[in-house]
Amino acid sequence: MAEKPKLHYTRGRGKMESIRWLLAAAGVEFEEEFIEKEDLEKLRNDGSLLFQQVPMVEIDGMKMVQTRAILCYIAGKYNLYGKDLKERAWIDMYVEGTTDLMGMIMALPFQAADVKEKNIALITERATTRYFPVYEKALKDHGQDYLVGNKLSWADIHLLEAILMTEELKSDILSAFPLLQAFKTKMSNMPTIKKFLQPGSPRKPPPDENYVATVMKIFKL
Amino acid sequence: MSEKPRLTYINGRGRMESIRWLLAAAGVEFEEIFLQTREQLLKLGQDGSLMFHQLPLVEIDGMKLVQCRAILSYIAGKYNLYGKDLKERALIDMYVEGISDLMQLILMFPFSPPEAKEKNIATISEKATERYFPVFEKVLKQHGQDFLVGNRFSWADVQLMEAILAVEEKVPSVLSGFPQLQAFKTKMSNMPTIKKFLQPGSPRKPPPDENYVATVMKIFKLD
Repeated sequence: MAEKPKLHYTRGRGKMESIRWLLAAAGVEFEEEFIEKEDLEKLRNDGSLLFQQVPMVEIDGMKMVQTRAILCYIAGKYNLYGKDLKERAWIDMYVEGTTDLMGMIMALPFQAADVKEKNIALITERATTRYFPVYEKALKDHGQDYLVGNKLSWADIHLLEAILMTEELKSDILSAFPLLQAFKTKMSNMPTIKKFLQPGSPRKPPPDENYVATVMKIFKL
Repeated sequence: MSEKPRLTYINGRGRMESIRWLLAAAGVEFEEIFLQTREQLLKLGQDGSLMFHQLPLVEIDGMKLVQCRAILSYIAGKYNLYGKDLKERALIDMYVEGISDLMQLILMFPFSPPEAKEKNIATISEKATERYFPVFEKVLKQHGQDFLVGNRFSWADVQLMEAILAVEEKVPSVLSGFPQLQAFKTKMSNMPTIKKFLQPGSPRKPPPDENYVATVMKIFKLD
């Protein structure tokens, strides 16, 4: 019997959340080790972290690090990475876009109040003029339920995560994007994702002051 | 006859250089368009050529690819530089991502204020010699092979070679504690495609200077 993947990170979203989303959407159960300060030192000292950093995911006999590498592996393993090189290229492009958008949002809790306010305005602008129009158009052009190849892929899961994260910032962010609204509804009703969106799932809450303090302490920022 | 890939960027390294390295190492000839004004960039955005209104842009196999990693992954896959299976791909991805973090420091360096430059070089040196290079030194030592993954030339080797040379430009003695990496650098330099890329007149771009920084600030409107 195959072991469950084991995720090593702090108890919060951060860079691990996209990995939790992807595993959950793929219907893969996993375990989590939530690290405190001593744990990070221990992991570093016993050679478990290739570049001394988390996220780290133990999967298939490997101790994988680097968020993107981990996500690419999971996507490939669970057939969420398209059917050929060209579909993979499209998925990669879409995911890089949502990664940039979510990266901006993830940085917010660590910013000073005035910088944060400016960036929230920038994020809103980018979401509605640079990123969401791309995905709205993709869905409109082919009229299918999924972004690439008429089949669920990593790109769809990542987009849903990005939509929900942006909505937490501005609840009506999808008001000009009818197809993304429909996409959000369809995706949220997929059994594995529906389960992940329910209380008690491995999904982590939005970052609060407590989380920020923990991260600053553990990663010595 | 298939068309050559066409690269659109500014005339400098930036985020396009890793792509030039990979195509060159794979022995693939390509064309380049160098933007000189912000208007040219905006026009590309308006005519739908740039998915997220950003460069780099690589036109290849009928696609307008953007986003460095997507472009590099496609090239690596197409030219068999991405390992033989999912696990080798995972190793290559991990190595490339790590090196990419180191290269990010170098990418940002020209844009740091003069008073921060000395500290930034120290950071680059520290990260290279304490976090990144030891990993690859160990990998090469443990399997005793010429290449990082699967005893076969891959994207990871090209990326590491680019990083070694880039760091050496800032910290000339950076490889002094890494005999395996020194041997690796020599072997890579002598591979025909890479040797050609390292010669004058190749598409390889020079280290960024003030002119390059000014062009980037102007075209990408960074402030």
